Amino acid sequence: MTLDVQGMLKAIDAIGETLEMHKDYLTELDSAIGDADHGINMNRGFHKVREKLSAGTYVDLGAVLKDVGMTLMSSVGGAAGPLYGTFFMRMSMKLAGLQAADTSSLAEAMEEGLKGIVALGKAQLEDKTMVDALTPAVEALKKASGNGAALAAALESAVAAARAGMEATTPLVARKGRASYLGERSAGHQDPGATSTYLILSTLLTSLKERV
Amino acid sequence: MVGILVVSHSAEAARGIVAIAGQMAGDGVPLDGCGGTDEGGLGTSVPAIVAAIEGLLARSDGVVVIPDLGSAVLAARTAMELVDSDIGKIVIADGPILEGALMASVEASIGADLDRVAQVVGEARDLRKLQD
Repeated sequence: MTLDVQGMLKAIDAIGETLEMHKDYLTELDSAIGDADHGINMNRGFHKVREKLSAGTYVDLGAVLKDVGMTLMSSVGGAAGPLYGTFFMRMSMKLAGLQAADTSSLAEAMEEGLKGIVALGKAQLEDKTMVDALTPAVEALKKASGNGAALAAALESAVAAARAGMEATTPLVARKGRASYLGERSAGHQDPGATSTYLILSTLLTSLKERV
Repeated sequence: MVGILVVSHSAEAARGIVAIAGQMAGDGVPLDGCGGTDEGGLGTSVPAIVAAIEGLLARSDGVVVIPDLGSAVLAARTAMELVDSDIGKIVIADGPILEGALMASVEASIGADLDRVAQVVGEARDLRKLQD
């Protein structure tokens, strides 16, 4: 099984739906340690993405993800805009010209996306950011790809890793972004960015499984 | 002459800071401000910053970008990567946005180079307002 253009469009649409559904939850997490706008910002961004994608015709994965990235950069507003925007833009470069991605090309593209996020935001593991969910997910995806796992199984392990990484942000003291101004008081709250990363990956998996 | 781009979460703040800096520096300094999301809310838009940098580059020898904080810094860094020209002509400066923009504009107006203009943005941190 591969992730083709139609599958990707459907997954992005489903991600938009998930973020809309979890808008208040993400904002609630963000109001504990941030500026209470992550849910609103992500929902606005993906609403624009869905508008953009539904108006276009796509034959390759790179073009889809490039439009996702550029739209997020212009419409999210907060730090998540450039960060997720860069993630999808870097992925689009790896998947340019491809009509479908298998486990290994998706793993490579997501690794590239993660590198983009780290280069831009300079976050390290345990800084209490999206990197804490995305890094183990990419590691799991790469490992599964190395073992020759099918795409759904590989993504399954990536989503489990992202979930564990997201949950592990709760006791951490934030070292990046607005939450870092709170110092020790940021501990005891799950990171909103790690949570949206988990939601995005788990929706990608669900959407992929529905197509089979 | 070096140009200056003020990047704030607020369009009004960016406009106001540019107006104050412009009055201090005179007419010659290429100045622009950029703020808010494309929908007019608080936040930053990477494509808007890219367009503003490119507009300034067309009428200057280089651009010093002064972001307010947080996501404006990330957005400015991302914009730098997307600008379709010599990246060596763009510097993101770290300092207080209003005082930094003021001092940078004055420095640019006397013909200082890109690195010097960016440097005074940092020096604006030590600007004292009350003498005791």
